[in-house]
Amino acid sequence: MSLYEFAHDLDTPVHPVSAPDYMPVDQLRALQLHRLQGLVKRVYENVPLTRKRMDERGVRPEHIKTLKDIALLPFSMKTDLRDEYPFGLFASPLNDIVRFHCSSGTTGKPIVIGNTQNDIRVWQNGCMRALAMGGVRSSDVMQVAYGYGLFTGGLGLHYGGEGLGCAVLPISGGNTDRQLMLMKDLCVTVIACTPSYFLHLIDEGMKKGIDFRKDMKLKHGFFGAEPWTEEMRNKIESLTGIVAHDIYGLTEISGPGVANDCQYRHGLHVFEDHFYPEIIDPQTLEPLPDGEKGELVFTTLTRTGTPMLRYRTRDLSRIRTEKCPCGRTIRTFERISARSDDMLIIRGVNVFPSQIEAGLLSIDAVLPHYRIIVNKDGDLDTIEIQVEVTHEVFSDDIKSLEKLRARIAHAVQRIINISAKITLVEPHTLPRSEGKICRVTDLRKKA
Amino acid sequence: MKIKQISLFLENKPGHLNAICRTLANAGINIVTLSLADTQQFGIVRLIVEEWQKAKDILEAAGYVVNVREVVAAAVADRPGGMAELLDVIGKADVNIEYMYAFTFRHGKEAVLVFRFDNPDKAIEALKAAGRDVLDAVALFSKAK
Repeated sequence: MSLYEFAHDLDTPVHPVSAPDYMPVDQLRALQLHRLQGLVKRVYENVPLTRKRMDERGVRPEHIKTLKDIALLPFSMKTDLRDEYPFGLFASPLNDIVRFHCSSGTTGKPIVIGNTQNDIRVWQNGCMRALAMGGVRSSDVMQVAYGYGLFTGGLGLHYGGEGLGCAVLPISGGNTDRQLMLMKDLCVTVIACTPSYFLHLIDEGMKKGIDFRKDMKLKHGFFGAEPWTEEMRNKIESLTGIVAHDIYGLTEISGPGVANDCQYRHGLHVFEDHFYPEIIDPQTLEPLPDGEKGELVFTTLTRTGTPMLRYRTRDLSRIRTEKCPCGRTIRTFERISARSDDMLIIRGVNVFPSQIEAGLLSIDAVLPHYRIIVNKDGDLDTIEIQVEVTHEVFSDDIKSLEKLRARIAHAVQRIINISAKITLVEPHTLPRSEGKICRVTDLRKKA
Repeated sequence: MKIKQISLFLENKPGHLNAICRTLANAGINIVTLSLADTQQFGIVRLIVEEWQKAKDILEAAGYVVNVREVVAAAVADRPGGMAELLDVIGKADVNIEYMYAFTFRHGKEAVLVFRFDNPDKAIEALKAAGRDVLDAVALFSKAK
């Protein structure tokens, strides 16, 4: 019996909240069109920027007659939210807003999202369906170690877990000792946090002699909010024996619970009755048919506070055309391995940090604590990867450490086609993250 | 007859060796001898201390990666050719020396060397057969005081 079959009791009846996951496709499309038409009308009437853009293209809400007509609509971007800060993209009066969330822009002002009561409900529904898809039930104890507050991670999963009837432990991020103590003492079965924070918990736990398989009741993890790789997932699962789910979402669209993977892991099922996905060519901005790779774009069909038309996520993916054996009719997109924002151009070659991670983790003994430093030596771009030395790889002689360095360098070069300098560093010296981790330092910009 | 040696991974940066020494000093552990193997980027510090288990626990708790290896302490005559005689014995026994370093104290008219052999048991046997003085932990640490 595989780890999966064991953790997902496939005989467990489908949770009622998941019913829309299995809607017949023609009904789903009809519902989406109906919702899209209502959304476009609402946005056109209430958001001056979008109305102006639609007028410039000569598009009016009544022109949306089929789902394909979505391509007539203008895109929205993170810069719109920043330019129209704080309330410019709100489609509901402040009286109807019940909660704000903010996402830090990488530069300057944050972006502000207003949620109506309806939006909170839609969001909670997405999180409940994501958790239910992973096999979470009311008997589970769920530790939410995403940050609570302006960031959507904590409150999103919190409402999702409560909605399913789980016992939720709203511990938020930080205080690793307490996290581990309560995880053990409260018999926590589900953890929700960033994958990098979970690694930190594993690491600290191991230092204290905690065996996650024996000492913890943990079965499921819901990891997201930062790109991570399949190799990282394998590492987490082999270290702890839990099933690691990939949960996807973004504040601009609602928060976590926009998509999640089912037990078959053929990508992430998107709750497309609320969040309509498209893939576009990021250069030409033309919509691409399902199956082709490009930038993921979402339209929030049912949101009323800060609804988004064709929001460009910068995440690169592909909508899968294959039917998922789980029976869900909602489509899946391939897990996000790269964000166009994260792409590094090194000596003219496009490199994604996730490729480097995949190379590093292909070496058995390497734990996923690393940092990428990009710099310039004269006119030449240089890339250095710092990797922590672990107990498993340290063997008291220089020869074997040099061999390890060469193996890592080779594994990385094979994937990115650029030679990187590998530096072994002492354990627990690279920065750990309690939220989203930043593994790349690009010193070229400062020069 | 074998002695426990602890080795640590070390970045080749100012203050890093001192931090290790400070950690041991705070725990009242005396370093009997140490050796450093280094490359441009990183090094390995190898230590002989009497309370090696305690030292290992303390260093691991402080976040270091620590490895325990068995080494052999052998005495050589402190005069020209002293070491060559000992190495003759090792060479004849066909044992390879992975690394070696010396103790800071003298053992009568002899110096004491630390060897890491690929086959320590065979080396000990050969040394004893040749009438050489191999020190066990008790003998070693009583000399060091």
